[in-house]
Amino acid sequence: MTTLLDSRSFLRWCWRQLTSMRTALILLLLLGIAAIPGSLFPQRTQNPLQVKQYFIDNPSLAPWLDRFSFFEVYSSPWFSAVYLLLFISLIGCVLPRSIEHAKAIGAKPPLTPKYLDRLDHFTEIKKIDLDLAEKYLKRKGFRIRRETNSISAEKGYARESGNLLFHLSLVLVLIGVGIGSLLGSRGDAILNVGDRFINTPTSYDILGFGKFQAEDSLSPFSITVKDFQAQYDSVTNAPIDYTLTVSTANPVGSAENIKIIKVNKPLAYGNTKIYLQATGYSPIVIIKDKQGKVVFEGPTPFLPQDSNLSSIGAIKVPDMDPQIGFVGSFLPTADRDPVRGGFSSYPEVLDPRLLFSIWKGDLGLDSGVPQSVYRIDTSKLERIGLKALVLNESFDFGEGSITFTGWNSWVNLQIVSDPGKIYALVGAILAISGLLISLFTRQRRIWVKQGRKTEIAGLSKNEIPGLDEEIRDLVKELTGER
Amino acid sequence: MSDRSAALLSNNFIYAAIVIYALAFLAHAVEVAWSVKTPAVLVKKTKLDFSKTERLGRLGSAFMVIGTLLLLAGVIFRGISADRVPWGNMYEFSITGALVFSIAYLYALKKYQMRWLGLPAAIAILLTLGTAVTLLYRPSAPLVPALKSPWLVIHVSAAIISGGVFLLANFIAATYLILDRYEQKGARPIWMQKFPTLESLDNFSYRLIALVFPLWTFSVIAGAIWAEAAWGRYWGWDPKETWAFITWVAYAAYLHARVTIGWRGRKAAWLCLLAGSTFLFNYVYINVWGTGKHTYSGL
Repeated sequence: MTTLLDSRSFLRWCWRQLTSMRTALILLLLLGIAAIPGSLFPQRTQNPLQVKQYFIDNPSLAPWLDRFSFFEVYSSPWFSAVYLLLFISLIGCVLPRSIEHAKAIGAKPPLTPKYLDRLDHFTEIKKIDLDLAEKYLKRKGFRIRRETNSISAEKGYARESGNLLFHLSLVLVLIGVGIGSLLGSRGDAILNVGDRFINTPTSYDILGFGKFQAEDSLSPFSITVKDFQAQYDSVTNAPIDYTLTVSTANPVGSAENIKIIKVNKPLAYGNTKIYLQATGYSPIVIIKDKQGKVVFEGPTPFLPQDSNLSSIGAIKVPDMDPQIGFVGSFLPTADRDPVRGGFSSYPEVLDPRLLFSIWKGDLGLDSGVPQSVYRIDTSKLERIGLKALVLNESFDFGEGSITFTGWNSWVNLQIVSDPGKIYALVGAILAISGLLISLFTRQRRIWVKQGRKTEIAGLSKNEIPGLDEEIRDLVKELTGER
Repeated sequence: MSDRSAALLSNNFIYAAIVIYALAFLAHAVEVAWSVKTPAVLVKKTKLDFSKTERLGRLGSAFMVIGTLLLLAGVIFRGISADRVPWGNMYEFSITGALVFSIAYLYALKKYQMRWLGLPAAIAILLTLGTAVTLLYRPSAPLVPALKSPWLVIHVSAAIISGGVFLLANFIAATYLILDRYEQKGARPIWMQKFPTLESLDNFSYRLIALVFPLWTFSVIAGAIWAEAAWGRYWGWDPKETWAFITWVAYAAYLHARVTIGWRGRKAAWLCLLAGSTFLFNYVYINVWGTGKHTYSGL
C-alpha cells in the first residue's frame, strides 16, 4: 500500500517537475542546442551524397556519429525526446492555466487590499462619490468589483488569453508538421522537353511516402513538358529566369490545359504542388552498331556540375554485343584552358561539345544492384576510345559509331503532397497573433477606496508603461479638473 | 539614369557615409577620452563637468545623422541600380543592416538620451560597412529566379530590422555587464558616469527584445511561407533555417526567463548576449562558410 502511494506521489512529483517553468526553460535551451549538430554535419534528408562523402573522408568517426543519429538529427530519438518533453511540459503548463483563466474571466477582480498607501501610484483626493469612479472605470472597459466602501477594477485579461493562444497554437503547428510527415508524399521526376509524366509511383525517379499514406492516393494528373526557357545574365552568368510551359490534364485523359511553372510559382492540384527544382541539358546522340543499325537514339539527362552547366553523365547501350557505355561530359559553351582543360564558359548552349570515353563489357544493368543513371562503374570494363564531338560530328569506335545530333533541356519536377501544411500555417498565424496580444497588452488593476479621503492606487502586472497616465486621467475626471 | 551610374553613385554614397561615421567615431572617442582625463580631485569636489565634451558629443551625434542619411542614399541607389529591393546578397544585407542599426540608435538617442552608446554604435557601423565594401562587395546584378518573389521584401526586411534591433540590445546588455563589473568593484569610472543606471539598461534591452521578438517570429514564418512556394517545403532544416530557429528559441528562453522566472540583470544580460550571438553566427558563419539553400550569387 505504501509503495503504491509512494510511486503515485513520485509520479506526481515527476509531473510537477516536468511542468515547472524551470524545466520548460531548460528544455527550451536544450532544444536549441540539440538543433545545432544538424547544421554542422551533412543530413541524409537534404544531402545524402555529402553524407556518403563524409563516411569516405572520416571512416572511423562517421559510424560512431551515425550510431547517435548525427546524420538524421531532426528525426533522431534524442531530438524527438527533447521536443516531445517540451511539448508535454508546455501542455501540462498551459492547460491548467487555461482553465484558471477561463474561470478568472467569469470571476470578479480580487478584493481591494487593506492599505493602498503601500502600493504604486498611490494618490489621495478629496472625498468623491464612488459611483462616479465606477461609471468612469466601466466606461473604460474595466471589470469591476464594487464593495460598499471600495472599487477593485482590472483590465487586460487579453494578455493571458494571448499568451495561452500563442502556446496552444504551437501545438497546432506541431500537429501540422506531424500530419505532413505521416500523410504526405514527396517525389522527383526528371523529364526532357517533350516527355509526358503520369502521376503514378512508377513514373518517379525518387518517391517517398509518409507512414500512413497509401501508394494509390496520388492525385491522377498528367503533365507534358512543352517548352523550357532559361535566361542568364550576360555579365555574371547567373540565371535570371526559368519558364516551364506544360500541358496538364487532371485526371489523365481529360481536357489538356497549358500552364506555366516558375521557380516561385508551382502548379497546384489541391494539396499536391508541382515545383520546378532543377534543370540541365540532355545531349542527343544516335548510336549505330557495326551493321549500321540504330541501337540507341535520343536525349540522356546529364548532371550539371557548376554554374556554367558543365555536365557529366553516362550513355548506356545494353542492346549492343558486347555492351557499350559512354562516360561523358557536356559543355554548353566549350572553352579551353591550359590548366583546367575543357570547360564551359557560359550556361547557354552557344558552342556545344560532347566529350566521352567509350567502355566495352558488361555494364552490370542486369545485376539487380541499383545504379546511378549519371555514372557507370568502369572497374570491370575495357576502355576502347576517347573523343570530343562538335555538333553533327560522328565517330567510329570500331564496335559501331556515335553521332552527336543535338541537345534538349531537362527539368526536375518535384511533386509534393502535404495535407498538414494548412494546419501549420493557421497555427503559425494564431501563434503570432497571440504573441502580439500578450506582449503588447497591459494588464493592470486600479483600486479606489473611501477613507478619510478617497484613495486611489494601481498595479501594473507587466512592465509596459501607461498606468501612470491612466491614473492621472482618473484623478482628473473624479476631481472635475477636466 | 543608367544602372551603372546608379551603382557608382551608391558606392560613392557608401564611401562618404564611412568617412562621416569615422568622424563621428573620432568625435565620440575624444568625448569619452576627455572625460577620462578629467582630474579625479576635481570630480570629488564638484559634479562632473561635461561642458567641454558636450559640444564634441553633439558634433558626434550630428555626424551620425549625416552618416545615416548618406547611407540611406547609398542603399536606395543600390536598389535603383538593380531595379529591385537591395537585399539580394550579403553586401546588400550588410549595408541595409547597418542602416537599420543606425536608425535604431538615432531613435534611442532622441527618445532615451542614449548618446553614451554613440562610440560603440559608430564602431559597429564602421566594422559592418568596412567588411561590406572590402570583403563582401559584389557588382549590382539581377536576382536569381528563387529570389524573385514579393516575399523577398517581406521576409528579408523583417529579418534585417530584427537583426539591427537584436544587435542594439546586445550592445546594451554588454554595456550592462561592463558597468556592473565596475560597480561591483566600487564605483563606475568617470567616463561611464553619464551612462544610465543598471536597472534602466536592463529594462531597455528587455524592451527592445520584447518589441522585436514578434517581428523575428514573423520573419521566420514569412520565410517558411516563401520556402513552401520556392523550394517545395515550408521547413527543411536548412542551416540558415536551423539557426533562425535556434535564435528564436534562445530569445523565447530569454523572455520566459525574464517574465516568468524573473531573471534580471546579469543572468538576463548573459542570456541576451547568447541569443544575439546565435543571430550573428547565423549571419556570418552560415552565409560565408555554410552550405544550404540560402547561399546565392557568391555571397
